[in-house]
Amino acid sequence: MIRNPLEAILNSNKREEKTMSKPVVATTSLAGCFGCHMSLLDIDERILTLIELVEFNKSPVDDIKTFTKAVDIGLIEGGVCNSENVEVLKSFRKHCKILVSVGECAIMGGLPALRNGIPVEECLHEAYIGGPTVQLNKDGIMPNDDELPMLLDKVYPCHEIVKIDYFLPGCPPRADLIWDALVALVTGDPMKLPYEVVKFD
Amino acid sequence: MENTVKQIVEKYNTNRNRLMDMLIDIQESEGYISRDAIATLSQLLEMSQADVEQTLSFYHFFSTKPRGKYAVYLNNSPVAYMFGREAIKEAFEKSAGVRFGEVTSDGKIGLFDTACIGMNDQEPAAIINNMVFTRLTPYRVRELVKMMKEDKPIEELRKESFGDGKNYLPSLRSMVSSNIRRKGMILSDDYHFGTVLREKLPTLSPEGVIGEIKHSAIRGRGGAGFPTGLKWEFCRRAKGDKHYVVCNADEGEPGTFKDRVILTEKPELVFEGMALAGYAIGGEEGILYIRYEYRYMKDYLEEVLHKMRKEGLLGTNISGIEGFNFDIRIQFGAGAYVCGEESALLESLEGKRGEPRDKPPFPVERGYLGYPTIINNVETFATAVRIVQNGGEWFTQFGTDDSTGTKILSISGDCMFPGVYEVNWGFNVEDMLDMVGAYDVQAVQVGGPSGTLIGPDEFHRTLGYSDLSTGGSMIIFGKQRNLLRDVVVNFMEFFIDESCGSCSTCRNMTQVMNNKLKKILAGKGVANDLKDLKEWGRVLNASRCGLGQTAANPIISSLKNFRPLYEALLQKDKDFDEGFDLEKSVQASCSYVGRVPVFNHH
Repeated sequence: MIRNPLEAILNSNKREEKTMSKPVVATTSLAGCFGCHMSLLDIDERILTLIELVEFNKSPVDDIKTFTKAVDIGLIEGGVCNSENVEVLKSFRKHCKILVSVGECAIMGGLPALRNGIPVEECLHEAYIGGPTVQLNKDGIMPNDDELPMLLDKVYPCHEIVKIDYFLPGCPPRADLIWDALVALVTGDPMKLPYEVVKFD
Repeated sequence: MENTVKQIVEKYNTNRNRLMDMLIDIQESEGYISRDAIATLSQLLEMSQADVEQTLSFYHFFSTKPRGKYAVYLNNSPVAYMFGREAIKEAFEKSAGVRFGEVTSDGKIGLFDTACIGMNDQEPAAIINNMVFTRLTPYRVRELVKMMKEDKPIEELRKESFGDGKNYLPSLRSMVSSNIRRKGMILSDDYHFGTVLREKLPTLSPEGVIGEIKHSAIRGRGGAGFPTGLKWEFCRRAKGDKHYVVCNADEGEPGTFKDRVILTEKPELVFEGMALAGYAIGGEEGILYIRYEYRYMKDYLEEVLHKMRKEGLLGTNISGIEGFNFDIRIQFGAGAYVCGEESALLESLEGKRGEPRDKPPFPVERGYLGYPTIINNVETFATAVRIVQNGGEWFTQFGTDDSTGTKILSISGDCMFPGVYEVNWGFNVEDMLDMVGAYDVQAVQVGGPSGTLIGPDEFHRTLGYSDLSTGGSMIIFGKQRNLLRDVVVNFMEFFIDESCGSCSTCRNMTQVMNNKLKKILAGKGVANDLKDLKEWGRVLNASRCGLGQTAANPIISSLKNFRPLYEALLQKDKDFDEGFDLEKSVQASCSYVGRVPVFNHH
């Protein structure tokens, strides 16, 4: 019995395995907590369907560190808080046909963006000099090595850095929402958006 | 300090609902509200400190830090800028030696920005220790600061003659001008105060009064336009041990100042209207909720009430009608636009944060302290008196079928004669501009920032509830003005400041949309940005109150009516531009940690 449209594609894919290549998916977590990736894993046994249906490229899921081919769908978790995030996000834009902001942090900056009302100097001072847990940093050393990413003046939502095609709201977005979105993107069918999933934060 | 707070709390019978009054009194006697004062207050009122602080922190005239012996609040509305606010600001900063937002080190002078103070027809204007100083010039500012440095009493800072109309009265002595340019039934001098209470009411039942109001088809003058007669009828029918009459004189919509003029020139008419409403709905208490910007009118209004009590127009068995008891008290706000929204106003009246309530229930069922309450605009109460005096039928001859009667307009901006004009509904914009001497007009902001910005194509439209609805604010912008940069951004920032923060739509989307607008103004915009603005604007409709629902109107309506202004700023060759500058955004952190930014490093 066919349980959902993805399996339908899967079945048709199996028949034409030789001729059709699988859609390629890449994922990353920028200034996020990996909660959205956890939510992706929360699709439970459907993950077996998923890995048969799509191929993962650069992603913590398979630990591929750099893009090795053109990607169809890029899923971005987290906002943009430093220069490395900018670079990663821009390379996702370059390599992915479709880019999706997944979750509150990617869409709005989320929890990390709580620092946006505070000057970055004050944040650094609190983190390395003035905070109650930094007694050991007696010399007041600041993170200034060239190898370290540079901190941005504030945390930006992804769409303020690159063009984002779709947004999946939630903190994290429910597994079903991520699943439904992937199905819709892969099949090209319109996504069902019941009232409960349309929310602002 | 502790004793002062104690006395103040006792003055209001240790009633938590009077927290606003207590905080105002403390602020005025101590210059600020200290931690100790908060602690004492919470102890005496048996409230948590957090509860006291959440009210305190909501209103921008309250401060937990000293604001200076002389606290200067300079209006920052677009019209103030149009009439030289930059130069005034600079003069204040230069002569006082501090920047806006700061207090001089000797604690003498504090400089602060404030939203429209209801003086749009005499800008630039500032409030200094509750006294209004209008038509400021750099010379005048230097003189004021010099006198402040010499510790001159605030009264001595007044060098100008008093304003026109009743502003010369000893209890007012203000330099504000009423600028009445055109009189109709409300502003005319042909009504003898008290006539309706003394002569009409003994012949009319409460239902009879409501009948006349309903027959007149008058709709609320605050802007929303709810039929007044229905409101009164609903309230009369609503069950409750008490019924309240509240007059909304919060008048926070930038560009509106007609309530200030009505309350200066015809306060008796407004109070008589409130008593009349009390008779109609069966209420014995009226409250005038008035914005703190009009604090200078306190003694004057109290005196008028006192006089009305002496004349038997307020009190018990008014006009000899057995059981017709009514009195009025004045409640000041403390600087919050959203308190003009009726349910937020009620919250504020009860001593709380001015956050709008969920509706229903509507105030006519459950309002002030949970009792049935009518809340009407200043102008509505004043008009009601003339309706009952002459009959509902008489009233319908003025205005149009769906908008009966007259409307008092507050007209300001680029015109020869800014001020207050009472016109019949149905007036068209073209005539209005010719009436006030406005030439080379680029746009008119009808109904304030929450209303509509219209251009010459729409000047044929008429003022009325079915076409251009307005609470009375009309701001005229000449051809020389930069609408997007100087008007729309200013209005958006006003809404960002004034959002109560309760709904995420109004709290966040205003920021997000304003950032987008600024990106476009910086030359980084693309065609898609306009689409985003239009679509995102719709999200605001999900907000709980009228403020939230209209908070994106400056962008939505300018985008609709002045699209070419936006399009001219867009980049033609790009379909996406993030407007993000990596080098600029890492500058602050790199220089703080002491490193030289390196790009394309990896």
